[in-house]
Amino acid sequence: MLDMMVKSRVLEERLIKVYKTGDAFFWIGGPGEEAFGVPLGLLVDKGQGVSHDYLHLHYRGTPTLIAMGMTMIDSIRLIMNRSTDRSTGGRNFANHYCFPEWNVVPVGSPIEVQYGMAVGTAMAQRRRKMKKEAAGVSIVTGGDAGSAEGDFASCLIWSSRPGNELPIYITVQNNKWGISTKFDDQHGEKQVADRGKAFGIRTNVVNGNDPIESYFAISQDLEYIRKNTKPVLTEFMVSRLYGHSSASGANREAGECPIDLFEKRLVDSKYIAPGFVKEMWAKYDLESREAAEIVRGEPVPLKESIWDHVYLGSENADWRKF
Amino acid sequence: MANMAQAIRMALHFGEKKLGVTDIFGEDVGAPLGGVFTATQGLETAWNSPLDERGIISTAIGLGLAGDRCVAEIQFCDYIFNTIDLLKIAGNTLWCSNGQYNIPIVVMSPVGAGIRGSIYHSHSFDAWATRLPGWKVVMPSTPLDAYGLMIAAIKDPNPVLFLKPKSLMRVRGEELIPGEPSDEKELKAMIDAPIGDRSKWKPRWPKLEEFEIPIGKGKIVREGTDVTIVSYGRTLPLCAKAAADYAARGVSVEVIDLRSLYPYDWGMIRDSVRKTGRVLFVNEDTEVTNFGEHLSYRVTQELFYELLARPRVLAGKNLPGIGLHPNLEEASVPHLEDIHHEIESIISEVP
Ligand SMILES: Cc1ncc(C[n+]2csc(CCOP(=O)(O)OP(=O)(O)O)c2C)c(N)n1
Repeated sequence: MLDMMVKSRVLEERLIKVYKTGDAFFWIGGPGEEAFGVPLGLLVDKGQGVSHDYLHLHYRGTPTLIAMGMTMIDSIRLIMNRSTDRSTGGRNFANHYCFPEWNVVPVGSPIEVQYGMAVGTAMAQRRRKMKKEAAGVSIVTGGDAGSAEGDFASCLIWSSRPGNELPIYITVQNNKWGISTKFDDQHGEKQVADRGKAFGIRTNVVNGNDPIESYFAISQDLEYIRKNTKPVLTEFMVSRLYGHSSASGANREAGECPIDLFEKRLVDSKYIAPGFVKEMWAKYDLESREAAEIVRGEPVPLKESIWDHVYLGSENADWRKF
Repeated sequence: MANMAQAIRMALHFGEKKLGVTDIFGEDVGAPLGGVFTATQGLETAWNSPLDERGIISTAIGLGLAGDRCVAEIQFCDYIFNTIDLLKIAGNTLWCSNGQYNIPIVVMSPVGAGIRGSIYHSHSFDAWATRLPGWKVVMPSTPLDAYGLMIAAIKDPNPVLFLKPKSLMRVRGEELIPGEPSDEKELKAMIDAPIGDRSKWKPRWPKLEEFEIPIGKGKIVREGTDVTIVSYGRTLPLCAKAAADYAARGVSVEVIDLRSLYPYDWGMIRDSVRKTGRVLFVNEDTEVTNFGEHLSYRVTQELFYELLARPRVLAGKNLPGIGLHPNLEEASVPHLEDIHHEIESIISEVP
């Protein structure tokens, strides 16, 4: 886990550097959320179609995808909007991933819409499950501030309808901030997870800066969902280590670093030698630098490609050509 | 000279001091940020709302129903779409209540491309907005107009949508706002929040004066006799530049800044088109069912026999988004060369 946490962090820091050197227009991402994201990625039933898990991620999903096997270069192609960017073809912001082969549906910018959509994939999965065809779960991630959007309430309501409970894993990563607005100023509920209780949904609050606690919580939650075909809502308390996005400078902020904490724990318990992580850091740093160099030389999207994929099969979308 | 963000801030300050504004709210609108484009920094009645656009618009409507005056913000117009039914309600309340309830609110939101905002920070809302009967819709292209239109919007007893062209938010004006100190640096020191700790910071407001741009009145930004261009917001300065470029080539282009999209200054458009016989409407919202099409339709209905060339609409491509890479953004919304191209085509047309 530590290895992937470091890999994800190095990649995110590379993305920030790519932004700061002017090779990208915007950065947003998830440094600080590795101790939640990596265990999640390791526990996902990875594959395509309703028999596997669906991932409805938001823009802080890099650690999960790294744990699932995403290469650094794919993420760098996305932030540098090359035509080789498989997620968006150079069209969308950093961390707006899309990997259909792993059921990673497109990450969207509007906050919290993924919660409602997860209901849909979970409904399709429930249907298969009732026929004993498959046992996939729909997993959704998102922020604490965004849980104020109606989509979040829709998700709680729709996933807990009596007799129609859905195999959906509703997670919230609470870093106590929106952009500049504090959680405490806006939320009367003590924990976002408490809201699930009103719907009879099993809920937990987990220290999301501890990868071991997260790992066990996620694995138990997923097991419960697979077995009972019922939703779970778990809130992970995490750090926000780099400001909200490049719009607020993308500079390091104070806060507990889950990697430092985990490293110290492993060193203290003599699982790893001090300095072990430094080597990982150097290895991934090199990989990320080389990847950025390669991407710099890759082609960019052409003007004409604006009309691609408006309709399936690139059917003509330009009315001048009807 | 103030930029548009400062101008809006000053108008809002005037609004809370002199026009009875009770609340200025939205996502990150209050301290410490004062809005992602800093248009609400240091305002007394500004506060942070939950991240919930439907909550913002519905609360604004409720405040309006109770007789309070508010200015609500949707952080980017891209996120206003999930409030369409509420906007519809705000627009129809006077009518549905048989004239018994009006909704005196202002909703402001940054719009348009030009900051490499990609799919969800580049939308336009002007064409959509003009399909919300009951609302007035304004969009300035200069700081002074922003100031005057905001004051008019606050005073108006109807719901007013104030669209802020985000690519112009940092552009300085050429005219002083009444009461503004003439030194930019002085203004900045007075009303821009410092970077870093702002907990003790308070703005020092200049002695601002009331200045209103009446809603529904356009402005001729350049007089001309050969072609009329009607635009607003981000594309307006591009049109003015294109007109200057063509003046050098001996073509006289008249440029109208519409400023208000609804009601709009038909009289100004009509008189200009009568004079030039040629008209081009430019905006960046998607081209199919575009507001420019309505204006173009009206021109053909009322001025058909006075036209020397078919009217044209230059707008954003009919695409589901604006791609991030500059090649994609530039191919999707009008740029200077596109306006040149349209002028070229319209002047070379022989009736
Ligand atoms: C519907 C919508 N409104 C506003 C925004 C602008 N915005 C982007 S991120 C953000 C804050 C999100 O905070 P939170 O949900 O806590 O997630 P975090 O980024 O802290 O993980 C806002 C307001 C948006 N993307 N979508």
